[in-house]
Amino acid sequence: MGNEMIEVPLAGTAIANQEVFAETLQSLAALDKQVVVVTSDSRGSGKLVPFGKKYPAQIVEVGIAEQNLVGMAAGLASTGKKVFAVSPACFLTARALEQIKNDVAYSNNPVKLVGISAGVSYGALGSTHHSLHDFAVLRAIHNITIIAPADGFETAQAVKQVAALSQPFYLRFGKKPMPLLDMEDAIPFEIGKGRVVREGDDIALIATGETVYPALQAAHKLAREYHIEATVVSMHTIKPLDEELLAQLAQKCKAILTVEEHSVYGGLGEACAAWLLKNRYHKAFDLMGIPDEYTVTGSQTEIFNHYGISEQGIAHRALALLRV
Amino acid sequence: MNLELKSREYRRKILKYILKAKAGHTGGSLSCIDILNVLYNEVLNVSPANADAFDRDRYIQSKGHCVEALYVVLADKGFFPESDLETLCQYQSHYIGHPTRKIKGVEQNTGALGHGLPISAGVALAAKMDDLSYRVFTLLGDGELPEGSNWEAALSAAHYKLDNLCAIVDLNGLQITAPTTEVCNTEPLDKKFESFGWAVRHVDGHDIQALRDVFADLPFEKDKPSAIIAHTVKGKGVSFMENELKWHHGVPTEAQYKVAMEELENP
Ligand SMILES: Cc1ncc(C[n+]2csc(CCOP(=O)(O)OP(=O)(O)O)c2C)c(N)n1
Ligand SMILES: [Mg+2]
Repeated sequence: MGNEMIEVPLAGTAIANQEVFAETLQSLAALDKQVVVVTSDSRGSGKLVPFGKKYPAQIVEVGIAEQNLVGMAAGLASTGKKVFAVSPACFLTARALEQIKNDVAYSNNPVKLVGISAGVSYGALGSTHHSLHDFAVLRAIHNITIIAPADGFETAQAVKQVAALSQPFYLRFGKKPMPLLDMEDAIPFEIGKGRVVREGDDIALIATGETVYPALQAAHKLAREYHIEATVVSMHTIKPLDEELLAQLAQKCKAILTVEEHSVYGGLGEACAAWLLKNRYHKAFDLMGIPDEYTVTGSQTEIFNHYGISEQGIAHRALALLRV
Repeated sequence: MNLELKSREYRRKILKYILKAKAGHTGGSLSCIDILNVLYNEVLNVSPANADAFDRDRYIQSKGHCVEALYVVLADKGFFPESDLETLCQYQSHYIGHPTRKIKGVEQNTGALGHGLPISAGVALAAKMDDLSYRVFTLLGDGELPEGSNWEAALSAAHYKLDNLCAIVDLNGLQITAPTTEVCNTEPLDKKFESFGWAVRHVDGHDIQALRDVFADLPFEKDKPSAIIAHTVKGKGVSFMENELKWHHGVPTEAQYKVAMEELENP
């Protein structure tokens, strides 16, 4: 089975989404003095050290105080500044949740919350450092758009687009270098619209963030070894969900499998399931993510492999769903 | 073994297991190890034998990222075999990069900063409610002090007259981004704690005898919680790690490890 014809992008071109984020933000800051980044001893992890050196007047450091980070960001944003509040996703969306709910979303202060090293990026640092709850809690809060880009292209596009919009956003990035899903950048990125990165009629793999790449690998494995053709979607916008695309996938594919670096509760999978059922699409459906248990210790890759979020694991789950 | 020698041994073990795990918080573990040494070997009424006893003293490490210091001391005290630390941060190990109660001797799961003091205040308050004589110690980083939860708990601790509570601040002057005074200045720290109703002492956090003396004086004042501001050096004991930001979570190379071990062997 020749590998030459397989269009899975090469890892050699990989770059971490949070690095692309920092570079993009720097280019925006150069053009617009209103762009301000707020950090909580987090500029190192956020790859924002060069930003701080180049634009010291556009970076605000609050120290290790995430509630204050979000509160001050809300205040800054209320005056018309384009504010990016950057902190590890785990602390940002747990510690400062009330500030997010009240001071950003409810008061409609257009802060761009940026959760870095999200999901299980911090690996063996354990549960305090994992964010497997952020989609769930933020989905339940009105007036915040949730975006988890899959690769550098989506990241750069997302950062540019949210900067131009005066409304609350949550952007979620990991620190693992990610290959580009589509080398030609031919598939556009639009907030609220899933990116179909591969077409196939048998099963739809709907993934988000850093799980899109293994989903794409699994799709190629399914085609190569089982002649099963999968559609692969980067559902970068978790809320609002691309319902139009969901309807198309439900009509076209025999089964739907979702994949996310999040608890299986309350995230992308349950959002899709609820919408499908409510709209009478009774399909073979399954969702993959981190199960509701004491998360195994390991690197992000080890944790992914443990829970089957891998080329092999996703392909197996797809086969089981299709009863192959 | 006298405690000065023990501190050197602990430092070597901290580096050994960080090197093995290829991960860890080197600088802050080296800055707090003398404090843990004196606490576990001479102050705390806690051992594997009474680890579940209701009246044991409690130590809760708020700066959970420096778990290597805690693991090394707990292993030495016999809470678990030291060889367990070979698995630090590895797949399926319970020895993760922050304290967890899966490990015998660890009182609370920490790692998100700003949690140790509120929990400790709760544990200390329970002793008052039940008329028990145990004491509660918590270790905070100087960088974590801007977390508002610390100051909320500081108010409650004074309000409830928790003189069985002792908060130790590892004042090593550095956090991740920069020196603590440049990130968010918390000075004058003693005056802050005092104005919150605490009794405060300063100590050289690397002087074993001075640490003994300050712990022997607890509580500093009846009916007041005690704060110890321990002046320390991040990376203490290894010349090229001392006061260097990058050793916050820097992992030594084999060559650096050798130099460090030699320095710790013959200071
Ligand atoms: C709530 C929270 N925010 C951020 C972090 C990430 N973090 C881990 S260590 C650290 C710096 C801590 O500095 P300090 O308290 O001075 O510790 P030390 O110098 O003793 O290592 C930061 C920001 C965290 N663990 N928890
Ligand atoms: Mg410090």
